[in-house]
Amino acid sequence: MARTASTGQKIAWTVVAWVIALVIFFPILYTIITSFKTEPEAIAGISLIPSGTFQNYIDVETQRDYFRPFMNSVIISLGSTVLALIVAIPAAWSMAFSPTRRTKDILMWMLSTKMMPAVAVLVPIYLLFRDWGLLDSRIGLTVMLTLINLPIVVWMLYTYFREIPGEILEASRMDGASLWNEIIYVLTPMAVPGIASTLLLNIILAWNEAFWTIRLTTTNAAPLTAFIASFSSPQGLFWAKLSAASTMAIAPILIMGWFSQRQLVRGLTFGAVK
Amino acid sequence: MATRQTRTLARIMMMPSVLLLLVWMIVPLAMTLWFSFQNYNLLNPANVSWAGLFNYQFFYTDPAFFQSIWNTLLIVGGVLFITIVGGIALALLLDQPMFGQGIVRILVISPFFVMPPVAALIWKNMIMHPGYGVLADLFKVFGATPIDWFAQFPLLSIIIIVAWQWLPFATLILLTSLQSLDGEQKEAAEMDGAGLVARFWHLTLPHMARAITVVILIQTIFLLSVYAEILVTTNGGPGYASTNLPFLIYRTALLGYDVGGASAGGVIAIVLANIVALFVMRAVGKNLDR
Repeated sequence: MARTASTGQKIAWTVVAWVIALVIFFPILYTIITSFKTEPEAIAGISLIPSGTFQNYIDVETQRDYFRPFMNSVIISLGSTVLALIVAIPAAWSMAFSPTRRTKDILMWMLSTKMMPAVAVLVPIYLLFRDWGLLDSRIGLTVMLTLINLPIVVWMLYTYFREIPGEILEASRMDGASLWNEIIYVLTPMAVPGIASTLLLNIILAWNEAFWTIRLTTTNAAPLTAFIASFSSPQGLFWAKLSAASTMAIAPILIMGWFSQRQLVRGLTFGAVK
Repeated sequence: MATRQTRTLARIMMMPSVLLLLVWMIVPLAMTLWFSFQNYNLLNPANVSWAGLFNYQFFYTDPAFFQSIWNTLLIVGGVLFITIVGGIALALLLDQPMFGQGIVRILVISPFFVMPPVAALIWKNMIMHPGYGVLADLFKVFGATPIDWFAQFPLLSIIIIVAWQWLPFATLILLTSLQSLDGEQKEAAEMDGAGLVARFWHLTLPHMARAITVVILIQTIFLLSVYAEILVTTNGGPGYASTNLPFLIYRTALLGYDVGGASAGGVIAIVLANIVALFVMRAVGKNLDR
């Protein structure tokens, strides 16, 4: 017995939901609109129709060298994600397919490293980075973000791998498949969706990380988080440019995020809510 | 069917992750602990000496310390309250039949993907600015005096911004949980004459209990270390009005060059986080035994 809502009800819910959704989305929408205004327009009061100039985007690039922090963000978030995957895939694999009595404890311990507040180790990390010449370097930051996100990556992969039926492995072994063939032809195809989801979520997390990226860089390796934070000092008059820079900084991740809603729930709750 | 060979292989495969995390956990932690007992200032690095408990005493007697702990808890509590109540309401709303549900959902979850400095600067300049912000314009339309948010209500302003970022997360998880509620159960309750409120209270809410717990625990981890939002808006001020513990430690370390003091603060932050972690591990651990 399917319940069917009356059309009137449906229209009422639609109106309520759209109004609330637009209020929540408004700050983002207004940033995008402002990015197409001139600077005087930007501070002239609410207006939802910009004059449609692209000048801000050009200015942000030519005056503030936008491309460099953008590339830093791409390199650091992609690099740290790939590194974390390389280290985590074998670990998650072995925990999912040949678990021992201690597997659970190891997983919980890995999660517990995530509980350590970043700021508590700011001093030693800062001093080590300074002594090793890693301050304001892409390599330093990439390694840092790899370590921070490694527990989440292991966990996510583990919850995905665990769903691959073990019987299929036994069947392929019965058929005489070698370990290598087993990995290439049986497991990899089944593991790819889980790995892709993990990749997506981790890029989002790394792109938006805003403690280490701001504190460990100055100019050369500064990704978009640090670049945008540097806009905080000049008051007014730069809003249109700030909006253009912000729009470009969030657009790629916003679009990726829209496609990864499910994975997000699963990854950030460590598989507790699916 | 694990042979000794595969077991050895499994151990080798786990080694890199375990070793990396072990080093990552132990080395900085040991250094923080060691520094917290030293007189060590970066402006005078040649003169390092044993300080005993002086750094802790110094941190403890600093009036900013208790205010920063209080602010930390206010941020966590305030944001949790807004996001849980708002998240439940939004999840219930998004579960209703409507046109363009997919787009509504995308609009609602979007703030979560906005990086913290961008979120904070948008709110600071375009929304809450007392002169040119959207809220100021709205206030003027209704003939009211615009509020200077960051001067008058610095902590509340930060709570609003952070809540805006985390509301989508709560909504998305609670909605996922809501949608796994059995439709037949709902119908049965309806046929038994249970009203809207009764159904929510006795069926929906208990069903979401686990998801709510997860949201509280996970958000708490992140909310304990809110940083960028404070840095680009109030910079901890006015005075210490919007300084939380992470921000106080940052101030001590990189603005005061006081390695010892900042490390003592770091140890305190770890203790605080561990009290919270205790609860997190228990809840997630239970799930693992499923």
